[in-house]
Amino acid sequence: MKVLVTVKRVIDPYVKVRVKSDGTGVETANVKMAMNPFCEIAVEQAVRMKEAGIVTEIVAVSIGAPQCQETLRTAMAMGADRGILVETGAADVQPLAVAKLVKAIIDKEQPKLVIMGKQAIDDDSNQAGQMVSALLGWPQSAFTSAIAVNGDSADVTREIDGGLEKLTIRLPAVVTTDLRLNEPRYVTLPNIMKAKKKPLEVLKPEALGVDVAPRLKTLKVEEPPKRSAGVKVADVAELVAKLRNEARVI
Amino acid sequence: MSVLVIAEHDGKQLKPGTTNTVTAAAKIGGDITVLVAGHQCAEAAQAASKIAGVKKVLLADAPQYAGAVAENMAALVLTIAGQYGHILAPATGFGKNFMPRLAALLDVQQISDISAVVSADTFVRPIYAGNVMATVQSADKVKVITVRATGFDAAAEGGSAAVENLAAAPDAGLSKFNGQELSKSDRPELTAARIIVSGGRGMGSGENFKILEALADKLGAAVGASRAAVDSGFVPNDYQVGQTGKIVAPELYIAIGISGAIQHLAGMKDSKVIIAVNKDPEAPIFAVADYWLVEDLFKAVPELTQALS
Ligand SMILES: Cc1cc2nc3c(=O)[nH]c(=O)nc-3n(C[C@H](O)[C@H](O)[C@H](O)COP(=O)(O)OP(=O)(O)OC[C@H]3O[C@@H](n4cnc5c(N)ncnc54)[C@H](O)[C@@H]3O)c2cc1C
Ligand SMILES: Nc1ncnc2c1ncn2[C@@H]1O[C@H](COP(=O)(O)O)[C@@H](O)[C@H]1O
Repeated sequence: MKVLVTVKRVIDPYVKVRVKSDGTGVETANVKMAMNPFCEIAVEQAVRMKEAGIVTEIVAVSIGAPQCQETLRTAMAMGADRGILVETGAADVQPLAVAKLVKAIIDKEQPKLVIMGKQAIDDDSNQAGQMVSALLGWPQSAFTSAIAVNGDSADVTREIDGGLEKLTIRLPAVVTTDLRLNEPRYVTLPNIMKAKKKPLEVLKPEALGVDVAPRLKTLKVEEPPKRSAGVKVADVAELVAKLRNEARVI
Repeated sequence: MSVLVIAEHDGKQLKPGTTNTVTAAAKIGGDITVLVAGHQCAEAAQAASKIAGVKKVLLADAPQYAGAVAENMAALVLTIAGQYGHILAPATGFGKNFMPRLAALLDVQQISDISAVVSADTFVRPIYAGNVMATVQSADKVKVITVRATGFDAAAEGGSAAVENLAAAPDAGLSKFNGQELSKSDRPELTAARIIVSGGRGMGSGENFKILEALADKLGAAVGASRAAVDSGFVPNDYQVGQTGKIVAPELYIAIGISGAIQHLAGMKDSKVIIAVNKDPEAPIFAVADYWLVEDLFKAVPELTQALS
């Protein structure tokens, strides 16, 4: 079966982001970028399923600036067969528009399984996967930590607030990944070289008939209030004394 | 203008985030209706009717709402969505699962995880793991919103809303709910606890978590963990605090053997008082701690438990 995965280019998760001095956004000039960690998990899952003989082809999709081609190359170095970039320029594409673009590509590609990250770690929206599945009228499994495909359905385990949940979903379906679905592989140099030769198609949103104009207007961004500096205590006795007499929380 | 709040519950009681979501609804303004959907959940509907400020409770009781399967929840809310200007649910695993589905069906851009209401169309939400706060304005006709519980106080009791039945929508039949494996504990729930004791990779093993549990029991606290502790299999996934785990803001958060990665801080830095124990004097967790102790946790934790006896 064919699998479609989405990969978003985001600021590297270990970079400390800084708000621009004019409050219009965050500093991205000369900042290290990376594939969204949840998307890495999505690609890894698809590749493992291909290695297991369940999946025949993996199509990776990214939406955004021309530099997203790098993210698609990384996905292909991990094992995706080809890439599709929907090039949208600089403006941020919000999850509803992302979902509409991904749906338009799914309509053309007809995959049996779509694997997306549970959230993009820049906007922290946690929406696009559920939205794609709604627009298609397909079943969804959000925050997935295990998938076993059995013919025309899949048994999935989802991480929920109290523990785990099990569902059987009909295919085709949309799955979003949680951290414990797998541990993504590192890309190797030979695979990076091979990925350069894999097909990468570039489309414009208009060609897919999708309006990507933002629905949410960002009025301002700012840093959260800082915590006041704390104090180092010498030992447990001092800690307990502080908690009792100063903080009064125990 | 009316606001619909979708309650998270276990059939009998409301989950902690629900009453905070009602407070967010009250800040938006207008009549508040609470929807309780589930299977055999009349008791939860009664609980919802007692929240101060709630005008009406809708009860949708049918087998297809067991487990709050996203496809069925979204389809149900869609049947009444037209009557409301705002639709809110807690930004927990419950709300995050079906609300975006509802938003897409209504063709609106959901506003995720709001931590403050500025006006009926403008909200504050954390992005980049809470390192940045964005103020956003929605142009959509219906506002579909998930609410970060720690940004709002819990609504008080004292209401007496009428409970009306809401007809179930047909079962979407897209997925089959095979049940849940819930971790059992006599300790308070993480998101409702007054005190949380969290352990990280420094704990070394699941067995070693016993010393944290002893401390937690002394304090009547919940036990949490970092992602590293969960991934290492020390504790179950539902213990995870952070950007992709639970967001907590207890009166006292005790971080033991946790380095303080931004993704962990994202889930706990709004706690009232934070203490940290780490043997590394450079641990980043100290930057958000009110009190910190540089010491081996295997010495400090039992001493602390002892000192509280
Ligand atoms: C997309 C993404 C999402 C993530 N989401 C989350 C999340 O939701 N929550 C989360 O927690 N993390 C999350 N992480 C992971 C995060 O980046 C860190 O890797 C993780 O928080 C580290 O956990 P830790 O502090 O327990 O482990 P470490 O960073 O390994 O720190 C262990 C600490 O224990 C101390 N220590 C060791 N032994 C002792 C001892 N005997 N006595 C005292 N101190 C000791 C060490 O000095 C060290 O500071 C996420 C990462 C990514 C990429
Ligand atoms: N611009 C994008 N390009 C590719 N995939 C995306 C994009 N935005 C979101 N996604 C996918 O949707 C998931 C959820 O994103 P979000 O709803 O923004 O948190 C991400 O983990 C990605 O897999």
